[in-house]
Amino acid sequence: MTVPSPTTEPAPAPAGTGTDADANAAAPLRTAPDRRERALRWRASWRRRETLAAYGFLSPWIFGFVVLTAGPMIATLWLSFTSYDGISEPQNVGFENYRQLFEDPSVAKSLMNTLVFTALRVPLSMAAALAMAMLLLRVGRATGFFRTLFYLPVMTPSVAVGILFLLLFNGNVGLINTVLGFVGIDGPSWTTDGDWIKPGLVLTSLWSVGSTVIIYLAALKNVPQDLYEAAEIDGVSRWQAFVHVTLPQISGALFFTLIVNTIASLQTFTEAYTAFFGSANAQTYSNDAALFYVVHLFQQAFQYMHLGYASALAWVLFLVILVITLIQARFSKRFIYYEGDER
Amino acid sequence: MAAPPGRTRRRTPPERTDRRSRPRLRSGRPTGPRSGRFRAARPAVAAAAALLGLLPLTACGGVSVADNRSGTFTTMGFGLGDAIATSRIDDARKALAPRGMDLQINEGAFDEQQFLSAVAAGDPPDVVNMDRSLIGGYAARGALLPLTDCLRKEHIDLGDYQRSAIAEATLDGAVYGMPDSFDSRILLMDASLLKKAGHDATDSDVDTSDWKQLRKLNLELKQQKGNKLTRLGFDPKIPEFFPMWARANGGSLISDDGRTAKLNSPRVVEALEMTSGLIRAQGGWGKFKALRDSFDQFGKANQFTKHQVGAYPMEDWYVAVLGDTSPQVQLGSGYIKDRKGKPVNYVSGTGWAVPKGSRHPEEACTFIKTMTSTRAWVKAAEAKAKDVRGRDAVYTGDYTGNLEADKIIESKVWKPSGNKAFDKATRQLYDIQAEGFAIPANAAGSEFKQAWQDACNRVLSGEQTPRQALDQAQREAQSALDIADQGRK
Repeated sequence: MTVPSPTTEPAPAPAGTGTDADANAAAPLRTAPDRRERALRWRASWRRRETLAAYGFLSPWIFGFVVLTAGPMIATLWLSFTSYDGISEPQNVGFENYRQLFEDPSVAKSLMNTLVFTALRVPLSMAAALAMAMLLLRVGRATGFFRTLFYLPVMTPSVAVGILFLLLFNGNVGLINTVLGFVGIDGPSWTTDGDWIKPGLVLTSLWSVGSTVIIYLAALKNVPQDLYEAAEIDGVSRWQAFVHVTLPQISGALFFTLIVNTIASLQTFTEAYTAFFGSANAQTYSNDAALFYVVHLFQQAFQYMHLGYASALAWVLFLVILVITLIQARFSKRFIYYEGDER
Repeated sequence: MAAPPGRTRRRTPPERTDRRSRPRLRSGRPTGPRSGRFRAARPAVAAAAALLGLLPLTACGGVSVADNRSGTFTTMGFGLGDAIATSRIDDARKALAPRGMDLQINEGAFDEQQFLSAVAAGDPPDVVNMDRSLIGGYAARGALLPLTDCLRKEHIDLGDYQRSAIAEATLDGAVYGMPDSFDSRILLMDASLLKKAGHDATDSDVDTSDWKQLRKLNLELKQQKGNKLTRLGFDPKIPEFFPMWARANGGSLISDDGRTAKLNSPRVVEALEMTSGLIRAQGGWGKFKALRDSFDQFGKANQFTKHQVGAYPMEDWYVAVLGDTSPQVQLGSGYIKDRKGKPVNYVSGTGWAVPKGSRHPEEACTFIKTMTSTRAWVKAAEAKAKDVRGRDAVYTGDYTGNLEADKIIESKVWKPSGNKAFDKATRQLYDIQAEGFAIPANAAGSEFKQAWQDACNRVLSGEQTPRQALDQAQREAQSALDIADQGRK
């Protein structure tokens, strides 16, 4: 949170915008008494009960952010330059952990697994969620019931979903292959064949697509009906209306879910860990195809006690996510429509 | 997500109160403007204060296994699942009582993350029960205390315990854990299936020393319906029993001093080629494991009652499970044999250790001595035998790691049940204990274990050949050992 400082000079406004230019012109006219007055107002605001209450309510978040997010982040940045096993004192090793990252074949393997999983999961989950949201839009009165029904799986603990994966996708007696068998398809070994583990986990992840459905449903409800009516008068097909009216109108929601789902997929952990690495038995039968980046990070930190190295892994993942998000933001700009945009 | 600005409800400004309408205190003194504001803001401040007060409780949501009360003694990694556990815990409780200790059992399997977090935070349990194969790794990192003083003070003679179990928990000459179980491997067979195939259910017919014959029998016993595997012929139980096959072939995964990995030695590679070949011959790992995962292992519809597996090596506890759930099965048992025909017994189990930072190390020593004592084991076995027999199930003995206790349990607590198959299996389990071997303790602990297990999995999933997988595992394991050994003498 940024609190205006009494000594802060007004920021220069971009040239060419009439009102801002006026404000800019007025800025030099501000006198010392103005600044003093603002400072006094700011100080006085602290005596107001609304300000105190506001900060009181904000304090859990501020405390949580500083203690549970910012603090640990700074600590891991420091630890990433040390050799630390959680028991002995950390020892400075410079960039050694980062150098080792490039030599560790499991890093490349787990990063590739994570990227493939993300590339499969994000578009599939967005498409599935959009399809479900559009169906929900058509069920009329029962929307509320189905909306709750679709959202319920989100409440299922991820650990349970990991176990569910093993049960549903068992190649011999699993429900998926049994159903496939009814239509004459000999289903693959989802839980043991390296080529099928990631697609299986992606399909399992659709179980919790409900939150994205809710976002799309809200966005779809906000699309002005007159646009569809105008399109109908123009004689466009349903598909054309979807492409040229619906998608642009909900592009903001699509972009938001693209970013959020991408970050979540890059950080995927629980389901794969539960199914393949979580117990002594699962570890015995672990499969490299399910070794996602965060799983590898977790193993290094809490199974092998390489906390310094794991911190370096965490920071690299942070940077990878940052770069991917920035790229998405950069390339998505031209496709996003926000109400009130001049474009 | 923030609500759109247009949709936020505007707050109506609070009504001003003039001097006359200001509330009065009981004393009759009017409250000033400041106290009036406080009154109005009180719910908000109280809510914020409550939230702040709750934060430390909710934010630090980790499980604390230690107990700051000086009179509480805590454990980790131990469950009270049966009479064997509850009876011994009762004894330990009594042993600690004169010292003013209240025993608190944090039930559940050993969790590495929980343990490490607790040690790192200086908040460990007083005593911990973990897989003995992990003890070397934790000892090398200084997370466990050597039991040298404890053994001396409590007059514990290591000669009273299974040598291989003690060796598994010994690093650089210091013992870090005392055995709490001793799991042997035995060959289990579905006698009815073997009979149908024209064989006897003996280790002469299912001869693990003759690999050619084993391959042939494997194909005879396996069953397939269409494209679906419906019965395993012979299950070599890899990756978990891979050290046993390496040993049976005259190899070893690591040097006796626990410093040099030998994962890609020719005999180890050959063992992986043979065992993975047995699985490949049954349609590959996918089908094989899918069928194995579908077994109702602990239920009445287990793989023996449903004839889903011909023969396989298994831990001793499964004989007890079968004796409990399905004593009517036609069970065959025998020894796993090396290439020369000599019995091989790969043993494992858990052990009690004292974490660094334990608040009550002396009491921990008393606890460990009591839990692993002959008296406690025999008493517990008697309680368990009574319980099992009361359910009309077959009691198949207990295997403790304590030599004297095992002798007494075998000769006095266990009695032939009349079920020849189970009685034979029990006798064999007692006889095979002397042949027990374990992977020597090493400083890399779970990293070493994971290296050879991953190699097996890469071969089973078709990703690599046995040679490639074990070459990679050798590099990984040796690197982990070298790093872990840096601080050792």
